[in-house]
Amino acid sequence: MNDRLRNYRNWMMLSIFTIATFIALIPLFGVLSYVVKNGISALSLQFFTNLPKAMGLSGGGMANAIVGTLIMVFIASLIGIPIGILAAIYLTEYDRHSWLSVGVRFATDVLTGIPSIIVGIVIYTAVVLKMGNFSALAGGFALSIIMIPLIIRSTEEMLKLISHSIREAGYALGISKGKTILRIILPTAAKGIITGAMLAVARVAGETAPLLFTALGNQYWAHSLNEPMASLPVQIFQYATSPYKEWHQQAWAGSLVLISLVIILNLSARFAFRSRSN
Amino acid sequence: MSKKIKYKTSFGDQLMWILTLLMAISVLVLMVWMGWQMYHSARPSIQRFGFSFIIGRVWDPVKEQFGALPFIYGTIVTSLIALLLAAPIGLSVAIFLNEMALSKVRTVIGFLVEMLAAIPSVVYGLWGIFVLAPWLRETVEPGLAKWLGFIPFFKGSPVGFGMLAGGLILAIMILPTIAAISREVMAAVPNMQREAALALGATKWEMIRLAVLPYAKSGIMGGVMLGLGRALGETMAVTMVIGNRPDILLSLFAPAYSMAAVIANEFTEATYDLYLSALVEIGLILFGITLILNVFARLLIWSVAKGPKGGSLV
Amino acid sequence: MGQSISVRDLEAWYGSNKTLKGIHMDIALNNVTAIIGPSGCGKSTFVRCINRMHETMPGTKVKGEIILDGVSIYDQDPVALRKRVGMVFQKPNPFPSMSIYDNVVAGVKLNGMTQKHKLQAIAEKSLRMAALWDEVKDRLNYSGMSLSGGQQQRLCIARALAVEPSVLLMDEPASALDPIATMHIEELIRQLKADYTILIVTHNMQQAARIADSTAFFLNGELVEHGPTSDIFTNPSDKRTEDYISGRFG
Repeated sequence: MNDRLRNYRNWMMLSIFTIATFIALIPLFGVLSYVVKNGISALSLQFFTNLPKAMGLSGGGMANAIVGTLIMVFIASLIGIPIGILAAIYLTEYDRHSWLSVGVRFATDVLTGIPSIIVGIVIYTAVVLKMGNFSALAGGFALSIIMIPLIIRSTEEMLKLISHSIREAGYALGISKGKTILRIILPTAAKGIITGAMLAVARVAGETAPLLFTALGNQYWAHSLNEPMASLPVQIFQYATSPYKEWHQQAWAGSLVLISLVIILNLSARFAFRSRSN
Repeated sequence: MSKKIKYKTSFGDQLMWILTLLMAISVLVLMVWMGWQMYHSARPSIQRFGFSFIIGRVWDPVKEQFGALPFIYGTIVTSLIALLLAAPIGLSVAIFLNEMALSKVRTVIGFLVEMLAAIPSVVYGLWGIFVLAPWLRETVEPGLAKWLGFIPFFKGSPVGFGMLAGGLILAIMILPTIAAISREVMAAVPNMQREAALALGATKWEMIRLAVLPYAKSGIMGGVMLGLGRALGETMAVTMVIGNRPDILLSLFAPAYSMAAVIANEFTEATYDLYLSALVEIGLILFGITLILNVFARLLIWSVAKGPKGGSLV
Repeated sequence: MGQSISVRDLEAWYGSNKTLKGIHMDIALNNVTAIIGPSGCGKSTFVRCINRMHETMPGTKVKGEIILDGVSIYDQDPVALRKRVGMVFQKPNPFPSMSIYDNVVAGVKLNGMTQKHKLQAIAEKSLRMAALWDEVKDRLNYSGMSLSGGQQQRLCIARALAVEPSVLLMDEPASALDPIATMHIEELIRQLKADYTILIVTHNMQQAARIADSTAFFLNGELVEHGPTSDIFTNPSDKRTEDYISGRFG
């Protein structure tokens, strides 16, 4: 009797967890299906090659926003990946336990946790106001600040996985510490570090808030990095909140492109990681 | 006899060390600099309004009146809705994946849940505008008003764009965070604990309740706090569905505003310095709250990672 | 028999824990010296002091003097010293990201040798000395991790030999291996002693008896006794050595 009650309760709780898991996935399929359905109908070749049309007109594309996103993510990677990897090397290879390392790890956590719009504010007051204009560079800086802590975390995890005996093997051969790190430790962790970097790239590629008041946006091509630059997320935001039906269509198409980019990056990052464990 | 030990290092080695050291320090500097930069820009507003900034209910840039309470209210209410929904579901996902699912199912569903976190905020916002908000307006809110209308939260005309929409979309967005951290801390529970419970004749649920959850409790709380931190600062999706009206109303159907949303909407339109400063101060408050939440959350998660404490064992 | 290494008043710490308490020892050239003793007696720390690996761990400290070929090792660049004093570890630790070939030449290559034919010659010579050449010559580009445990350990020996050290330190090199692989390693050590001064830490007394010319017994951070292997095992002068040899503790 008692046992039947226990079994019944067990069965009920396990069912609740299972059902809740599937409920959690409903929004994923909801979002993906709408993005694909609405996006595909609005997607065409000219979406990738043309500039946006004026408000209310149909057609046109987001070529400038796609290129803008790529450029700014590239700038962010150029700054964020080296800084992140070097800082992570310091934390794992040179100094794991001192107060400085504890402080740097704390700062990394804080930077991971602060809202991305805060980064936009800081870069606006520190860069945009000083330089006098919105620019792709400011946008790239902002994204790099979001990237750095992500890269540090993932690189540190990967370096920590490498057994100390590998480092000792390097030293014991009369290889200097710097060379051991660069030529033995980093290659050993390379796949994991690349995976982490790809996930960080995927993450910042979709960021909107830090770009709103740094790169701003642009209906045309930017001619230099010192000009406002369009990006997919900001363009999607502006179009989605506009009153024009044609722009809504474009926003769906932009979302499809953005989501595809993010999912491809995520999947290939996973693929790279999986081949490592084999 | 003690001899001074010589430790010659080559130039390249020293360069490498200094370079990595500088980069590590730069992260620390970056955090401090960001805080200082915000404080510096917010100072005119802080000096002018003092504490009344936080409790002021009127936000009227034309009259230079800046009270942030409506935004704080909107942020807190939407984040609480999000927590109320996402914490139990996120925990369920973690339990399902860690304790119940076979490894293939775990890989696939775990990946899908992570995808939930990978979808950009602005895409959630777009979906919120054209799918979620209309659905709430036409189906959910009238239904809630009909059956639960006696509760003040569910009174009022269905609008779609409002705190309920904001809270729901935040719930979706923080769910992966809560699930991921809960999984992580539950995975840290030694298998011995589970086997001990099972060997005593416990059912699976009893094992989870007796051996897994108590052990992982503070870590799960940490995950929930990290989720809360994310909800408080989430900008785009909320901006797109909350309705953007600085009112303080009980009804969850009513349009409201959040701290991050007002920054996103008004920052580039801030025509004079005090206005900008007031917006930065909102950002500074957000920065402070998320910083404190993160510290506590990390401490909680860290305490689980370190191992069991007395009292948390069965 | 020339003196290859002289150790004087060597003291070493791990944090506040003193693991070596004043070691005096002379190690002969082109000889195999076995270091035996119960775990925690400082035998590993001792060999790790000789190539200054001990200092690479945080919180460690050393005092005293070690003279190698007439020069104090503490007056030398530790990185340069380690090219002359090679080391093989308890667990095989090939570099996971490198092929068999790259593993063998890692030491020479990363120290600046770039000529391909020389590298190839070094690789072959080292692998032959480590008695691994015939087993791997057709798959030099395979990952070092693809080898069996015993092969990996011989790969690590080849890697250490490639740098052409004069001293080879081995920290329980066979303890993670099966009996057949252990036999291979022991055979190898016997062949290598013509060209190298070898120090081998082992917890296995039969192994010491089989391969070592002289044996040193460590206990609680002190050198109890050091002499020809046959003397140590048949006629120890110290009661503690006798107890250990006869299995009364450890």
